[in-house]
Amino acid sequence: MAVLELANISKHFGAIQAVNDVSISLQAGEVVGLMGDNGAGKSTLVKMIAGNYRPSHGTMRMNGGELVMHRPIEARQHGIEIVYQDLALCDNLTAAANVFLGRELHRGVGPLRVLDYKSMYRRAGEIFKELKSETRPRDLVKQMSGGQRQAVAIARTMLSEAKIVLMDEPTAAISVRQVAEVLNLIRHLRDRGIAVILISHRMPDVFDVADRVIVMRRGRKVADKAIATSSPEEVTGLITGAIEQV
Amino acid sequence: MAITLDRAIGQRQQGWVTSVLSSQTFWVLIAVILACLFLSVATDTFATSKNLYNITRNFTFVAIIALGMTLVIITGGIDLSVGSVLCLCSMVLAVVMNAGYSIEVGIAASVGTALVIGAFNGVMIAYLGFPPFVITLGMLSIARSLAMVASNNTVVFQFGPDHDTLLALGGGAWFFGIANPVIYMIVLALLTGFVLRWTKFGRYVFAIGGNEHAATLTGVPVRRIKVAVYMISALSAGVAGIIQTGWLGAVTTNIGAGMELQVIAAAVIGGANLAGGVGTASGALIGAALIEVIRNSLGLLGINAFWQGTFIGGATVLAVLFDRIRSFRQSE
Repeated sequence: MAVLELANISKHFGAIQAVNDVSISLQAGEVVGLMGDNGAGKSTLVKMIAGNYRPSHGTMRMNGGELVMHRPIEARQHGIEIVYQDLALCDNLTAAANVFLGRELHRGVGPLRVLDYKSMYRRAGEIFKELKSETRPRDLVKQMSGGQRQAVAIARTMLSEAKIVLMDEPTAAISVRQVAEVLNLIRHLRDRGIAVILISHRMPDVFDVADRVIVMRRGRKVADKAIATSSPEEVTGLITGAIEQV
Repeated sequence: MAITLDRAIGQRQQGWVTSVLSSQTFWVLIAVILACLFLSVATDTFATSKNLYNITRNFTFVAIIALGMTLVIITGGIDLSVGSVLCLCSMVLAVVMNAGYSIEVGIAASVGTALVIGAFNGVMIAYLGFPPFVITLGMLSIARSLAMVASNNTVVFQFGPDHDTLLALGGGAWFFGIANPVIYMIVLALLTGFVLRWTKFGRYVFAIGGNEHAATLTGVPVRRIKVAVYMISALSAGVAGIIQTGWLGAVTTNIGAGMELQVIAAAVIGGANLAGGVGTASGALIGAALIEVIRNSLGLLGINAFWQGTFIGGATVLAVLFDRIRSFRQSE
């Protein structure tokens, strides 16, 4: 059974048709690259999965049950985690504080309930270890490299039992070495059985890590095929419109 | 590989000694201590118990408000209305007690006034998107005007049946000869420090100052926290007003005029960053202490009082200058 199933999803803002009749199904442990030019509708599509927008038409189903969300926070409750393009990190807080932001651990009871620093540092350390990232829970995010910042943002998604992780341009503004780190992080998520949707402009990244590529153009899905059966040239053609549809 | 990774993750970037040495608050504290040592030697009036009693009591009012202001500054905001709110809360207390009500009623009315003003500021800023500077600048004017309306711009010095209780509350020294305002300040500072370090609320205050957008996306109730922070700021002004009323024994409509600048200076000298995300309760106290020591010492050293502003302004710039130098070094 598909972990996420979009059926005939459309979204319009007034007269503008941002997403037009798109159907996608996503399996557990699958990495899907979502590609398309600016304005192709991929951001809008992802924002619907993230609970920012509600579809104008069509239904979303998660593990067979219908998925209706009104606020982004509900997506998290359903096991959908988002890694934002700007990573949404607080530079003035430690890595652990960022990982647990909004989900702090406490100890004690009643008015004596205080933040449980020790447990948060330990748990964050465990996650970084699992991600094989040299990121220290006690360090301020301000002082971290791009790769470490990505690790912090991704570690957030591993706090709860996430089922789907949406990643918006995670490799956009970082060094080559850090890109490799991030792609490794994505593989770790996949190995845990998490479905990953990777939005990216970078062809090599998608072909490196994804199992399947979905291409959108002018609000429509124009391709949805296994990476093994496609090529960068074909995808480029689909993005630009040189190839109409496959 | 596993061992080195373990070690890398377990490592702290800097020990507590390094982090103390790199904090602005620490160096300002050193400055305060050095100034006190110098003054004890240079003058025979500084280290007298009477002068120290005066100093500690004088800086408490600024310090108490600086605690509230620090929270606001950490969220990246500013509250210019605190001086006027102090005046209005003092006046509400005075007028209510003058009308024959008990001290409990007076304090309740005063605290209530502070909370309403803080909530108004907070709602305008958090929900209607007003810049904090604008709305609290407006409130600076409104609150002082309301204080004049409430008292018909007279001096109130009769506080009804509980007159003596109020004066003892602010002017007494119930524990070991320490002035009462100092006790209140220490209790409030400990409370603020605790909240900032050990509660989810405190964590969110820092998160909002660090990256408000990120805080919203991760489910932090940003708006409610902001309203609460402005309410706390106004409340700290109200509490300082109540204590100051008891200490002075009279309320005029010009008390607290210009105080917001001293309070902000105290918070900033103590290490709060106006860009948001940084600040401590101890810093607020130490910053306020430095300002008071400068004021006091100028008097004792026989320097013309007109120079006060220059020295306090210079201290503010100097404290932040150290912070700038440090961050330049880090970025290199």
